Amino acid sequence: MVLKTLTGNYAVATAAKLARVKVVSAYPITPQTTMVEKLSEMIESGELEAEMIRVESEHSALAAVYGAASGGVRAFTATSSHGLLYMHEMLWWVAGSRIPVVMAVVTRTIGPPWNIWTDHSDVMDQRDTGWLIAFAENNQEALDETVKLFRITEDERVFLPGIITLDAFILSHTTEPVDIPDQNLVDAFLPPRKQPYVFKAGDPLIMGNIPRDLKWNMMMREDIHKAMERAKKVIEEADSLWEKLIGRKYGGLTECYRCEDAKHFMVGVGAWVGDMREAVDYLRDKFSLRVGLIKIRYFRPFPKEDVIKWLNNASSVVVFDRSVSPSVGGPLYVEILASLASAGVRIPVKGVIAGLAGVDVTHEDLASVMLTSVSEVEELGTFKQNTLWFYGGE
Amino acid sequence: MPVSIKDLPKEKFVLPGDAACPGCPENMGLRFVGMALGNRAVLVIPAGCTSVIQGLAPGSGLKFPILNVPFASSDSVAAGLSSAKKVLGEDAVVVVWAGDGGTADIGFATLSGAAERNDDVIHICVDNEAYMNTGIQRSSQTPLGAWTTTTWSGKKERKKDLPLIMLMHRVPYVATASVAYPIDFIEKLRKASTIRGFKYIHLHAPCPVGWRFDPAYTVAVARLAVETGMWILFEAENGRVSISPPSKPYADKSRRKPVREYLSMQGRFRNLTEEVLRELEKQADENWSLLLKLST
Repeated sequence: MVLKTLTGNYAVATAAKLARVKVVSAYPITPQTTMVEKLSEMIESGELEAEMIRVESEHSALAAVYGAASGGVRAFTATSSHGLLYMHEMLWWVAGSRIPVVMAVVTRTIGPPWNIWTDHSDVMDQRDTGWLIAFAENNQEALDETVKLFRITEDERVFLPGIITLDAFILSHTTEPVDIPDQNLVDAFLPPRKQPYVFKAGDPLIMGNIPRDLKWNMMMREDIHKAMERAKKVIEEADSLWEKLIGRKYGGLTECYRCEDAKHFMVGVGAWVGDMREAVDYLRDKFSLRVGLIKIRYFRPFPKEDVIKWLNNASSVVVFDRSVSPSVGGPLYVEILASLASAGVRIPVKGVIAGLAGVDVTHEDLASVMLTSVSEVEELGTFKQNTLWFYGGE
Repeated sequence: MPVSIKDLPKEKFVLPGDAACPGCPENMGLRFVGMALGNRAVLVIPAGCTSVIQGLAPGSGLKFPILNVPFASSDSVAAGLSSAKKVLGEDAVVVVWAGDGGTADIGFATLSGAAERNDDVIHICVDNEAYMNTGIQRSSQTPLGAWTTTTWSGKKERKKDLPLIMLMHRVPYVATASVAYPIDFIEKLRKASTIRGFKYIHLHAPCPVGWRFDPAYTVAVARLAVETGMWILFEAENGRVSISPPSKPYADKSRRKPVREYLSMQGRFRNLTEEVLRELEKQADENWSLLLKLST
């Protein structure tokens, strides 16, 4: 065990090194840049034995990683915001090809106007592609989950690519003490790479030509859907094995913080879950409110079962989204509503859209939203409004 | 190394039952790729006619390993694949087989990037001078005056000189080829496969459907392009340009057949004016003059 102060970007670069990736390809974009710089440095100094393909665009970055992974090696890329949107076509292609790769997405607002600060619009835009999507709360989790994603994506029950998400600057450029696991423990955790097929000379395999029967094409999407469902168990197994070897456990797809006797819940993803923890502590300590927090660690596969389990006997839930689907609301809000409806759980649900475009939301802000929400529910038995655009600092 | 027909391998890589149109030059080209590279070839193919020609999954009319990919990604996918083979110590010749759209237009940034990085890939541009798979729309490789379904009165612009643009990337190997000259093409492919780094081969591929000629005459039209000086076969190793044997006689303008002979075989030039014909002749002269300067 080695404790180092690392930025989120360096933590993820270190994870890629620990996973012994053989090909890295990326195109720089703020705030992902220092991750690529670090990996280039590791490769040039010989610290990481890998090929670096310094491409001319993000579309090409994922294309190169896809080519390398199709050729049989572990490959890694990273991007943000417009870079991720430019890659979007390739995300579909990689998932449809069932080729495991891992990508880091440092979440950043989408323009216009130009804006480098965090929100989750970029990664939420990828939710239907067939990629696993994990969110990190802190730099330690960013490192751990990146390594884990290699194991999860290369599991034959899954064989889908995966994204590790970390918030711009809040994680990417902020240093925290990070425990770097021993290489031999990571080697024990990560078996040799497995994938459904490998392209090589002399083996006339064809991927992606026109299907004779369109039903096969539809079945392919169904199989991705099922693989995503199967991934839930694989994620939990990886979490347990990681705990056994490394000593850290995150709870699989979700974590429920101070939920034992909670009546009112907050739900969130990403770095501001840290602020939500503080808000929960504050509300409990100062106001004796029985508030709990559901941290969604994986947005895909979506932990519907966990959500139902945690909220089955809840009095109310407030969902915080850092992105919005106009006219519908936050993507997380919609998933929570759908999960509860599927189980017939009828409780007041409020969707709070906040922190878009990097607008700062403090734990006091989060606590004030919860105070108002809880008093509404206790007074009226429901929320005054289901959607709240919250700008903070009030 | 000189190639003779009798020494070419008999193994077939283009099988009966594929979905090519009659007289398809792409199928011819793919056969030559099989003859030149055999089992060492791994193909990366963006959207285009060859996406269809391979036939319907799970079957295939082509016996190469083929990774079908989105338009603008092929050279990057190939670069990644080639890196993987290098890391794993496997022998493979990674070939991008792309049309003029996938090469010169939508695929150009990716092509240019891979060339500048000198990735270990052979890029073959199968140039049928328009977006044929979507129904004969103009490309940057469509010549001046040609009818397409987006240039009903004839294209107003000149064909972009892609081989020279690739030459200026200072890659180790650039060549032009034609489906009418298989030995020349096969020799170039074999040479390219011995060179590490980025290799670019621009294969002229007259399309009976898009150019409006009888499918029996694909080779005749392709040969006339060379004999009239409208398509020049050359190669450049490390930037040193040399005119290839089939084109050599036509460095002398007096030995070239009239350009009209080439154009009159093609329905796409049916409404050609004298003015456009003269302009096309002038462009051929300019192309020759520039290449001859580069080859001295």
